[in-house]
Amino acid sequence: MNLHEYQAKELLKKYDVPVQEGVACSTPEEAVAAYEKIAAETNSKFAVLKAQIHAGGRGKGTMKEVPSQHGVQVVKSADDVKTVATNILGNTLVTIQTGEAGKVVSKILLAKDMYYDGPSDRKEFYLSILLDRATKQNVIMYSTEGGMDIEEVAHSTPEKIYKEFVKPGYSLQGFQARNIAFNLGLTGDAQKNMIKFVTNLYNAYVGLDCGMLEINPLFKSADDKIIAVDCKMNIDDNALIRHKDIEALRDKSEEDPTEVEAGEFNLNYVKLDGNVGCMVNGAGLAMATMDMIKLAGGEPANFLDVGGTANAQTVEAGFRIIMKDPNVKAILINIFGGIVRCDRVAAGVIEAYNNLGDIQIPIIVRLQGTNAVEAKKLIEESGLKVQSAILLSEAAELVQKAVAVTA
Amino acid sequence: MAVLVNKDSKVIVQGFTGTEGTFHATQMIEYGTNVVGGVTPNKGGTTHLDRPVFNTVKDAVVSTGADTSIIFVPPAFAADAVMEASDAGIKTIICITEGIPVQDMVKAREYIKGKDSRLIGPNCPGVITAGEAKVGIMPGFVFEKGKIGIVSKSGTLTYEAADQVVKAGLGVSTAIGIGGDPIIGTTTKEAVELLMNDPETEGIIMIGEIGGNMEAEAATWLKDNMRKPVVGFIAGQTAPPGRRMGHAGAIIGGADDTAEAKMKIMGECGIHVVASPADIGKTMASVLNK
Repeated sequence: MNLHEYQAKELLKKYDVPVQEGVACSTPEEAVAAYEKIAAETNSKFAVLKAQIHAGGRGKGTMKEVPSQHGVQVVKSADDVKTVATNILGNTLVTIQTGEAGKVVSKILLAKDMYYDGPSDRKEFYLSILLDRATKQNVIMYSTEGGMDIEEVAHSTPEKIYKEFVKPGYSLQGFQARNIAFNLGLTGDAQKNMIKFVTNLYNAYVGLDCGMLEINPLFKSADDKIIAVDCKMNIDDNALIRHKDIEALRDKSEEDPTEVEAGEFNLNYVKLDGNVGCMVNGAGLAMATMDMIKLAGGEPANFLDVGGTANAQTVEAGFRIIMKDPNVKAILINIFGGIVRCDRVAAGVIEAYNNLGDIQIPIIVRLQGTNAVEAKKLIEESGLKVQSAILLSEAAELVQKAVAVTA
Repeated sequence: MAVLVNKDSKVIVQGFTGTEGTFHATQMIEYGTNVVGGVTPNKGGTTHLDRPVFNTVKDAVVSTGADTSIIFVPPAFAADAVMEASDAGIKTIICITEGIPVQDMVKAREYIKGKDSRLIGPNCPGVITAGEAKVGIMPGFVFEKGKIGIVSKSGTLTYEAADQVVKAGLGVSTAIGIGGDPIIGTTTKEAVELLMNDPETEGIIMIGEIGGNMEAEAATWLKDNMRKPVVGFIAGQTAPPGRRMGHAGAIIGGADDTAEAKMKIMGECGIHVVASPADIGKTMASVLNK
């Protein structure tokens, strides 16, 4: 589950991780009020407005409705705030990560300006924490090249990326925190603050069950404070069972509505761009079925795992969800019935089909496993316009024919 | 014989009296698996499915001599169950539970490191040695006895592969479901190595999916240790990057963990890679008959 910047920063504060403070606002009026409060606190007219969406590249991204407006902007007056907030709120931000459709912004963060002058130079670093699957350890990746596209840095100057692996079951050790501060070239107060920052940040990563935690830029201010200016946080979905408070922060408007609906039926659905829909039991077989559709000349329209119990209700819900996509020209149901019997699944398919009324596109049902022969007979005798198969290779041939007809 | 589990395995069920535990323990017993008891805290001293229930794995091991455990404990407590089994001296721990927080598994894996325990899973269908023992949730009848070993990250795709090799007249020795999570106890390479050293296995089917580097690691090892033919399939050739495809571990993170990249390295290392899941069985048959 992804969080917004403003939500992630509030969670980090609970672990004593210093962040660029700000107020999340839903209207221009709220933003102006927040600006006046922050301006008074900081004794500075500078502040920054940041659109809150689940995608990066906001600073360079622009609003569809107001193309001159970027997703992040420094503001210098209450009038500024009102104009920028009006430009952004309720409008659609398009960045390199959102795709052409962009994302509607419903919240903006009015944040304190941290780029003030002071006795030392300001610096921007990069730091992220994630699980390294190869070594089965959490790893802190960091670089002096902050504020930039880290994949580009990793590609062109890999020597500028450092890694600190943390032994499972241990916290980040003191020498490791010092390594990080040294490698980033910090001395004095900035060094002390960085050691504290990364130690607390690692505790937050583990304590919040993050899947990924990225601070970019990680900022050293001109008075040697170390601050998370931005924060991208992803929470391990499996760990939400012990973080009900975080689960409540989920912003469903950021997700595909059909995927949200599928989730309500306990179906695991991912929308794709193809023309052949599929409904499968088991994630691996579902991916394999998508691959088979492609080899048969079609393009998969979705990933859909109906789980272990493929009954009339789940099949019907699956049908409805797949058919919401107007690009779907055929549907392949592929169920390997093990403990769930194929004749029961077939009865479910027939019931779901009848409940839905007239389905105009070809349906191919492949049922293999317990009572597969009885299931095929049930489908064939149902009188429905459903093609039936037992072997996976037979199903592939039927898909091939269906695709050829629709092409 | 075959690997990991056989007719002599003494199996206990953790989460024995729950719905899942009860259902699958019944199926395992019907298959002929030697289930010697189970564990459910605070139900010790009672009997379930005509077998004794214990409060702790330690108690179960002392009383029954169990060497194998299958875990049906809910996700929040499953990593703890793995550590308990390891601490009690269980040799083969098979964790079926799906949905365990990944940091719990990072910790549990570290905990059992250096102990005399092998963990299979989590988020897996278990292990079956055809005709001897089913320690898992797979439909036993699909796995007719034969000479092909299967290693797979996926449940139903394992059944599919087993069905195909059985229909090709080859049959299954042992099928190992290693699990679809990012952190699992036994890697593809380790499972393939077990089957490579098994005298009853004459060919190996290796089924992977997008995400992680385990198939590449197994392929690299196989390059110098290919004493039996290996047929490989990678699910997710059409999966988009950055999206989780059902399994927690099935997500393309970069250029190296796409299906295409995995299939390439597997092919280069001498594995017979099939593009279609429908071709697994017949490819194995033709390779063995060469």
